[in-house]
Amino acid sequence: MKKSLSLPRILTIACLVLLAVMVQLISMGALPFIDNYMIRVLNLCAVYAILGLSMNLVNGFTGMFSLGQAGFMAVGAYVTALFAMTPEVKERVFYLEPIEEWLGAIHMPFIVALLLGGLAAAVLSFFIGFPVLRLKGDYLAIATLGFAEIIRIIFLNLQTITNGAMGVKNIPPTADIRWCFAVLTLMVVFMLRLINSSYGRAFKAIRDDEIAAEAMGINLFKHKMMSFILSSFIAGIGGGLMASVVSAITPNLFRFTLAYDILLIVVLGGQGSITGTVVSAFVITAAKEWLRWLDAGFSLGPITVPEIAGLRMVIFSVLLMVIILFYRQGFFGSREFSWEGLFNIFRPKKKGDKKEAA
Amino acid sequence: MFTFTFPQLLQQLANGVTVGCLYALVAIGYTMVYGILRLINFAHCDIFMMSMYFCYYAITVFSLPWPIALVLVVVATAVLGVIIEKSAYKPLREAPRISLLISAIGVSYLLENLATVVFTGVPRSFPAVGDMQEILTFGEVRVMKLAIYAPIIMLVLLFSLLFLINKTKTGMAMRASSKDFETARLMGINVNKTISMTFLIGSALAAVGAVIWGQRYPQIQPFVGVMPGLKCFIAAVIGGIGNIKGAVVGGMLLGVMEILIVWRFSALSGYKDAFAFIILIVILLFKPTGLFGETFVDKV
Repeated sequence: MKKSLSLPRILTIACLVLLAVMVQLISMGALPFIDNYMIRVLNLCAVYAILGLSMNLVNGFTGMFSLGQAGFMAVGAYVTALFAMTPEVKERVFYLEPIEEWLGAIHMPFIVALLLGGLAAAVLSFFIGFPVLRLKGDYLAIATLGFAEIIRIIFLNLQTITNGAMGVKNIPPTADIRWCFAVLTLMVVFMLRLINSSYGRAFKAIRDDEIAAEAMGINLFKHKMMSFILSSFIAGIGGGLMASVVSAITPNLFRFTLAYDILLIVVLGGQGSITGTVVSAFVITAAKEWLRWLDAGFSLGPITVPEIAGLRMVIFSVLLMVIILFYRQGFFGSREFSWEGLFNIFRPKKKGDKKEAA
Repeated sequence: MFTFTFPQLLQQLANGVTVGCLYALVAIGYTMVYGILRLINFAHCDIFMMSMYFCYYAITVFSLPWPIALVLVVVATAVLGVIIEKSAYKPLREAPRISLLISAIGVSYLLENLATVVFTGVPRSFPAVGDMQEILTFGEVRVMKLAIYAPIIMLVLLFSLLFLINKTKTGMAMRASSKDFETARLMGINVNKTISMTFLIGSALAAVGAVIWGQRYPQIQPFVGVMPGLKCFIAAVIGGIGNIKGAVVGGMLLGVMEILIVWRFSALSGYKDAFAFIILIVILLFKPTGLFGETFVDKV
């Protein structure tokens, strides 16, 4: 890898600095056109982007069809929430049945709780991966989905640890916009490094052809397990951030349909594209919010549409179908954004000048 | 020590068989679509849900006599299934499977949201159909008449379906298409028509399942199909997806085991919905393609 200060490198650093400045300004409230609601949406966008990355690692880069993300998110979210809350708040939240004593007394800084959340998800995925990763294709999907549902149902029933169906409220809102974007940036960098490492190449080889990969001396199980664990770790971190962003979680927030939402992000962005996942996470999450005006009733020329709750999601599903039917590669396919690629758009095209991104 | 009397066991078995028949009827729809398109039809559970609403409207709102209502519901559901196939799956025939799957998820979202807007989220109670909800008493065993009808309906439909698939031209076309579209086309089979037929039959069976389901769990809301749908899909996977007899065996197995486990370990009844997944995972660990599934051999 070249380490010299080439133009793309400078541009990347400049963009990161710009992003950092923007985020800092937003969090200080210095940008008047961005209100709290928008900040919340931006936070959610970042969280969904992290979750999308987690799923893309397994589904897009390693070619394993896993739908278990919701379960790992739940683990991350609950561990983070319960460890980061103060004992007094926990006592108030668990008013129906008191919390287990040892758990009630624990209180740690958010970052430690977040990391532990990710680790807990990763450890769990290790144990789930042992039996499940032998399965293939749709069977793997349904088994991982099954585990996610089992996790949710267990959480629903562990009254003294998770507060059951009422969920956990008043989670400290530590994860502000700086946190979300910092973690997202870290994750993107981590994914980029991972994908371009020898491990990443092994993942992609497994995706393209398992048997060929095995013949080339790639240990299938080891690499699949690694991808699965890393993905769960990221999902756990994403879940933890989400808990802090939305401040109240219930087990039913982590239904398997949440995995569909993330899958949509991954597929619309383009499977196997980090850029695509991030872009589509922002587009989809923002679009869902932006379409809220549909619910409030509006007039379209002569036609006045009355207030219909839920119309937003109908339109959203239709838009989704249209994109899937007519635009099935997703926004980016398996390409990545690169400065060279951007410059090439403005440069007169030469024959055979098809630069796939790094 | 867990003690029980024989009538109690019979009672639980009757309940289990009823639920099993419901699972079986819906599972057949999943397995047929998977067999031909290799698609987990996530929208199937919402077809099931729509069918419950159709029945509600036919009987409660328009107060049609139930035999007519039933026919209308089955027809309407079958038509809905075909429309979904034509609009959401047919354009993606040559696309990678993941696109098809996402399309199925899209349809599922659309139907759920549409139902929320059109029927509102207020739960409605499902009308009684015929005398299915009447209670029969055999000594200590008390069951709904449903417990007798459900297996009969299920078996009649199953054998008609097996006859259709194994003995008729349409069935032959289905079997051929499930092996290979290209070759089937070369043999003069209209693959698109065959696939539509598959959706038609699968949705019609889901409609029957929905009506019976409504007799046992008489509440409808836009997300009513999600859990049964998931479990029926599990039933199909347990039986070996793509195999119709397997779907029925899987459905019965799941229904009976679920009821028996809840009965035996009543303290764990909060975990009821998790049992299906545990059974699934245990079976997949020993038979990675389900009980009667074909084993795939990777060719290099």
